[in-house]
Amino acid sequence: MSEERILLSHGAGGRKSSELTRRIFLKYFKDPALLRLDDMALLDMPAGRLSISTDTYTVDPIFFPGGDIGSLAVHGTVNDVAMAGADPIAMSVGFIVEEGLPMSQLERIASSMARAAREAGVRIVTADTKVVTKGAADRIFINTTGFGLVPEGIHISGHLAREGDAVLLSGTVGDHGIAIASAREGIAFRTTVTSDSAPLNGLVRQLVDALGGDVHVLRDPTRGGLATVLVEIASQSGVGIRIRESDIPVRDAVKGACELLGYDPLYLANEGKLVAMVAQGASERALEIMRSHRYGSEAAIIGETVRDNPGKVVLKTAMGGRRLVDKLSGEMLPRIC
Amino acid sequence: MMKYLDEFRDPGVATALVGRIRDAASRLDRPVKLMEICGSHTVAIFRTGIKSLLPENITLVSGPGCPVCVTAMDDMDRMIALADPAVGGKSIIATFGDMLRVPGTWTSLESRRAEGADVRVTTTPLDAVQWAREEPGRPVVFLGVGFETTSPTIAASVLRARQSGLDNFTVYPAFKLLPPALTALLEAPDVALDGFLCPGHVSVMLGAAAYRPFASRYGKPCVIAGFEPLDILHGISMLCDMLADNLHEVRNSYGRAVTQQGNTKAMETLMEVFEPCDTPWRGLGIIPGSGLSFRGEFADFDAVRRFGLSSVPVGTEPAGCACGQVLRGNMDPPQCPLFASACTPESPVGSCMVSSEGSCAAWYRYST
Repeated sequence: MSEERILLSHGAGGRKSSELTRRIFLKYFKDPALLRLDDMALLDMPAGRLSISTDTYTVDPIFFPGGDIGSLAVHGTVNDVAMAGADPIAMSVGFIVEEGLPMSQLERIASSMARAAREAGVRIVTADTKVVTKGAADRIFINTTGFGLVPEGIHISGHLAREGDAVLLSGTVGDHGIAIASAREGIAFRTTVTSDSAPLNGLVRQLVDALGGDVHVLRDPTRGGLATVLVEIASQSGVGIRIRESDIPVRDAVKGACELLGYDPLYLANEGKLVAMVAQGASERALEIMRSHRYGSEAAIIGETVRDNPGKVVLKTAMGGRRLVDKLSGEMLPRIC
Repeated sequence: MMKYLDEFRDPGVATALVGRIRDAASRLDRPVKLMEICGSHTVAIFRTGIKSLLPENITLVSGPGCPVCVTAMDDMDRMIALADPAVGGKSIIATFGDMLRVPGTWTSLESRRAEGADVRVTTTPLDAVQWAREEPGRPVVFLGVGFETTSPTIAASVLRARQSGLDNFTVYPAFKLLPPALTALLEAPDVALDGFLCPGHVSVMLGAAAYRPFASRYGKPCVIAGFEPLDILHGISMLCDMLADNLHEVRNSYGRAVTQQGNTKAMETLMEVFEPCDTPWRGLGIIPGSGLSFRGEFADFDAVRRFGLSSVPVGTEPAGCACGQVLRGNMDPPQCPLFASACTPESPVGSCMVSSEGSCAAWYRYST
């Protein structure tokens, strides 16, 4: 029997569309707001500030060691919303599917999204599917928008780093980038590295609850990697950032792959790591909280913010030398998220 | 693998080597300027922050050893012209990735590709031979840039194409030979260099003996070094020791890969297909005997001849661009009026800013 595939009529809004909704989406996305099948989801909102973030996922391959485009879309959305110190509440999902995608793959992706959303405690409250002709998209793209609530009195932003802050990193860098690169290169280049894709809202919650206003900046170093994110924060906050290469955790397998492929781990994408800038006095406590969390067990204090070189990031190399860290220039590895 | 990487990056050994360099530098009562010739050395030096560890009187300058950086504007314009159907027909243009973004006078291969030209990036010319085999009706042109490290493989691909009877595979020969360029640098009146940190990769092919004239005739110490941070520090330390002791010899700190005579088989293959010719370098002008042209019996594989490229229009180097001075080690990149203003890695004017191994790009990215 030939494999069942997505057809253009599955996105045409008629009988086939209803069938797809029933068979795949309602099976996994069981939120009451979504099950009403209205054109919109209605949510009761408590008062306060909303954190909203939108993102589009085009990762290639769509299934990779440690995750898939579905779990990545949920984690990416939850993490972006959480970097304001917010609790993610709800998210929307829009699928653009290329005609011919096996139905089983769409089902695997939907089920993985539901699982990821459950773990993160975020509701998928509204969804949409469009099917485009072969070649008009590459298998499947996912667009999301996430909504979260910022607790009262919490102000966390890339603009708020202060001179003397400690710079913390919640774990090893480069895992996602190398997992994708090795999946793409196939058997010619196989590593044991799996993507770090994970929801960070639980870790953020613990940090913010324990340290409150001492948490100044949270940022997840996705595309462009740790280097690019640090340069952005230095420039937004008008401070200098000093980091030590020997304190930045990098797995041996990632280091080895970087040597072979000519990548720099500082520029590789991460999907389950965060950078935190906290008041110097709170740094040890922040490190302790991170290390006791399952998604922060390899956390480290990697540097501090300084008055010198505002807007710039200076790295003390393992050799003891000093050099500037610049943003990623050009595209190192396209379609990683 | 990590065991080997860590051994060549041991901070304790680095500190000891820096100490040795400082000792030698204090015995030298004058400033000295050492040139690292190779782009891979330049990047490694910047990335590891080695410059910041050196004593004040030891300066490192980058030389003309990045193949993309030294490719002349004429050659760029002619290679890009191949993407024009009126010139190159339905050619597949095969190239190493770094060439894609180098601006010619009017456009770049990257822009031409966006407009529909079939420009393919590869890491080996053998891919291009395979494409020629798969699409016999289309010309496949490989853009031959590089030093003695890469050119023998390209010569081998020409031999393979001939063996397979392929008549649609050609190479644009923009190769460079390293020794004639060093001679030209040392003969130039405005260049003041005290020693050379010689590139590991090229030396695997050339052999250590190739540097003897620079030590004996020009009195410049030469050390062949590998690309790990400790290799480079060791090389600098050997150069400083020789300078302090007033010695000028060729020393090999990369004995694990480089022999006296080099890879004679590869060099024979290279010279079977090509012969030395005078060729233009970006910013340095024509250097006698520093390029390679096809030998008569291989003329059919010459893209310049096949597509009449010597008559396509070519432009001039952009005004104000100081790539030439930078490549000679006479100017640090920030002294160029275009550096970091008109010329950045995102929007490069000169070739030294385009290539990831160019000294302007390395300076822009890494220098504090």
